[in-house]
Amino acid sequence: MNSFPKDLKNNHSRQIIALLFVAILLWLLAYNAIQPVANYISYNLLRLTPGSHLGDAIAFFLYDVPKILLLLSGMIFIISIFRTFFSPERTRALLSGKRQGIGNILAALLGIVTPFCSCSAVPLFIGFVESGIPLGVTFSFLISAPIINEVAIILLYGLFGWKIAAIYILSGLTIAILSGLMIGRLNLERHVEDFVWKVQSTGALLEEKLAWTDRILRAWESVKEIVGKVWSYVIAGIAVGAIIHGYVPESALAGIMGKQAWWSVPAAVLLGVPLYSNAAGVIPIVSTLIEKGASLGTALAFMMSVVGLSLPEIIILRRVLKPPLIAVFVCTVALAIIITGYLFNIII
Amino acid sequence: MIRIKVLGSGCTNCKRLEASTRKVVETLGIEAEIEKITDYAEIMKYPILNTPGLVINEKLVSAGRIPAEDEIAGWLKI
Repeated sequence: MNSFPKDLKNNHSRQIIALLFVAILLWLLAYNAIQPVANYISYNLLRLTPGSHLGDAIAFFLYDVPKILLLLSGMIFIISIFRTFFSPERTRALLSGKRQGIGNILAALLGIVTPFCSCSAVPLFIGFVESGIPLGVTFSFLISAPIINEVAIILLYGLFGWKIAAIYILSGLTIAILSGLMIGRLNLERHVEDFVWKVQSTGALLEEKLAWTDRILRAWESVKEIVGKVWSYVIAGIAVGAIIHGYVPESALAGIMGKQAWWSVPAAVLLGVPLYSNAAGVIPIVSTLIEKGASLGTALAFMMSVVGLSLPEIIILRRVLKPPLIAVFVCTVALAIIITGYLFNIII
Repeated sequence: MIRIKVLGSGCTNCKRLEASTRKVVETLGIEAEIEKITDYAEIMKYPILNTPGLVINEKLVSAGRIPAEDEIAGWLKI
């Protein structure tokens, strides 16, 4: 924090801060221009009739694509700045020595803010277990980190509003806490691969002192990385969503994805597992499915299964978990998601 | 002779880190041995929770991110 004034004396740092202000200004201008520009292009330039199938689909696409991409870049930047204050090392230090219960709650919360990539699930798992964090608490973290994923939250906020985004975060937290508690109760330590217990790492942990300009640069790097990875899925998802929005009649899906169809929740969870990497494309489609009669609980269960139960992560975790523990992990999370789905179908 | 190790299971970020490290070593003209460590038991001997990791002369210098090339160069010059 106190490095801030010192940074400013430096020429390079001043440039970075100036660029940041220009970027914020441009972002605000662009964000406010989306609706008028989208309407102008579709109804004046392309001369489409408002209310026609094609007109609605194109206006929807032209409005949603820039809006979601701008929201993604802006919010990922802010989240990434915030995340430079957290690290898996710090999270581990906060969690070690915590009991079950409190530990599970804290682990699930830290899962939201700790920078984590599912390809690091193995070193993280070993590192947590090595420092004596209970298995159940470790799982609360491993479940919360991917489910409460920043791209998913931003898309939900942009396409459904903050209420649904909040419902999603709270359900994800509850699932992570309860599944972790459950796994902790089952005493499954013997189903962790043996080499994990023998690991002893040596050497000092990385402790980095970051100046504000470093945080800005790192946040910019992660914006480029994340948006660079998902933008094509987002556009594809919104394109499919736009077609559904314009052409599929209202309540067409009530029969197969509505509340009456009891089997739709487990079916949605099953369908979500192989779609792991496409959360960015799936959520825009789901948002239009709800418009056409799919129920919210079913849709939530589907989205959580897409991000929370990913096939590659399960395969990676097999390196440290024996099959029975993998099975317990997958079944617990799947069951928790299904219950959440039914719950929201009943109350909303 | 500097001994460099890139720690990671083979995800895209690990490959990018290895590539930029090789590039920096080449530009600086340093004599270095670059080794890629993919075995988890071996990786976990270092205090790392987030891959990819970069180890220079047995010291972990970065974890969980891809440092900029001039940052890597800074570590190699010492």
